Amino acid sequence: MVFTLAEKILGLKTGKECRGGEIVIAPADLVFIQDTTGPLTVRQFDAMGFTKLANPKRSVLFLDHAAPCPQKEFANDHQLMRDFARRTGAFLSDVGEGVCHQLVAESWAGPGDIVVGADSHTVTAGGLGAFASGFGSSDVAVAWALGKTWIRVPESFLINLSGSLTRGVYSKDLILHLIGLLGADGATYKSLEFGGEGVGNLSVPDRLTVSNMAIEAGAKVGLFPSDDLTREYLEDHGRGEQYIPLSADPGAAYERVLDIDLSVLEPVVARPHTVDNVAPIRGLDNTPVEQAFIGTCTGGRLEDLAEVASVLKGKQRHPDTRLLVAPASRQILSDAIQAGYVQTVIEAGGIILPPGCAACLGMHQGVLGDGESCLSTANRNFLGRMGNPNGFIFLGSPASAAAAAITGHITDPRELM
Amino acid sequence: MRIKGKVHKYGDNIDTDVILPGKYLSLSDAGELARHCMEGIDPDFSSRVKSGDIIVAGPNFGSGSSREHAPVAIKAAGVGAIIAPSFARIFFRNAINIGLPVLETDEADEVEAGDLLEVDLEKGSIINPSRNRVYQAAPYPHAMLDIIFAGGLVEYTQQRLGK
Repeated sequence: MVFTLAEKILGLKTGKECRGGEIVIAPADLVFIQDTTGPLTVRQFDAMGFTKLANPKRSVLFLDHAAPCPQKEFANDHQLMRDFARRTGAFLSDVGEGVCHQLVAESWAGPGDIVVGADSHTVTAGGLGAFASGFGSSDVAVAWALGKTWIRVPESFLINLSGSLTRGVYSKDLILHLIGLLGADGATYKSLEFGGEGVGNLSVPDRLTVSNMAIEAGAKVGLFPSDDLTREYLEDHGRGEQYIPLSADPGAAYERVLDIDLSVLEPVVARPHTVDNVAPIRGLDNTPVEQAFIGTCTGGRLEDLAEVASVLKGKQRHPDTRLLVAPASRQILSDAIQAGYVQTVIEAGGIILPPGCAACLGMHQGVLGDGESCLSTANRNFLGRMGNPNGFIFLGSPASAAAAAITGHITDPRELM
Repeated sequence: MRIKGKVHKYGDNIDTDVILPGKYLSLSDAGELARHCMEGIDPDFSSRVKSGDIIVAGPNFGSGSSREHAPVAIKAAGVGAIIAPSFARIFFRNAINIGLPVLETDEADEVEAGDLLEVDLEKGSIINPSRNRVYQAAPYPHAMLDIIFAGGLVEYTQQRLGK
């Protein structure tokens, strides 16, 4: 019998054979909330009459989306979450620690885990081989109380990767290219499973970036097999014992197979106002950009900041373009200081924002003005996402965002390398 | 359960950022959330919508964030049901969990803003008297109907635990 990666993980966890389309009750290895969806989760938990978490040591509250708080309402929400962590014994990840999805990858999730998060980008941990998916507040409240949730076993698409990315082309270009092919709802409810020899040419941070945006094609999970790179990543983060090798079986049943040769991909951007509105960066040269935003759970890792620093080194930002850089975690900020990347950003005229979601969802730290355009490394360019429905958001790789900061317009980053 | 109301029509990929912009995520009062419902794409919606009205939209309604505030705002604004060819999966689940009926059918494309629709939730049928048509959506399984009739997962759980 052969299984897709999604079927295999859910089968291991439930102890029975799982096939796409079935509904199973699965145990949750990690259940987390963040500070926009979390307060409602806490209120629903209380309203249902629950008082105890099934597994406090694997329950986490992240303060990252409005952190530090831009207004008193969010500060009060943070109080509500702090109080909840105190009374239940859950782990609180405080303001400044970083974005939940990056911290889940650094400190919590491993291959074969089932991760339930009150955030759509929970799918990020699929880069480590975790069945990680986003749920609403009520569902997460129940998963907290019962330690399990119901899941419809998704059917799977295989994204068969070959070759390796060329200079100036990144995992962000890969996932944007794929979303452009699939469409914003092209993989609704599916498991997007990555396979093929090209997987070995993507680092774990690359995989996290790709899995993070599986939701932008509607997918339930974005799954990578676990391999030696996964093991090394876990060992580097002091969690080597969480490693298990997992991959789909040859001959598993896929609804659809897409072949992508990484070596022929080009830098791309998603144009306003949908993530699947993808085009080669070359045709968009000379689109003015008033803000370059580098950071988030899909663009603020150390490897991203290394590429940004290599583009910025010895150059100055364009006087009409703000350059905002938010490392995705405290560890990344610390490492980026050690590596000199922070100094490079500052010397280029950039601003370092605290580890957290920063400008991504329009709460603070980089709201756009009317008619302004931003080249962002985040995962969404929806109308109004960055706090102003009269703003325009283009999504691209960290190197592409850095290149735009230098020239003041959308630019193929390879021209500055 | 019968739902009857006028249609508000929207396009494809209506995402949670336009249904309820992120800056309002600190709001917890349903009435306040309702005031900002659809603000990103239709700022007058909350003043036009009447209790029982029905949203008809294109595919992938509710895409984006997992914010449960989005269906909460729509329900609190008075909307009785949403009809679309497809829903983003988290939104679909959230809508059921807060007791907002969502019906999947691609037969309702001809419906226009202002049409009067009547939904029979048990049957999944949508009647459009002005066009003399009936559109069929997949009916809900019983467990989901029970959650919707209770008013949502919280109320459903309270009822179950109270027994």
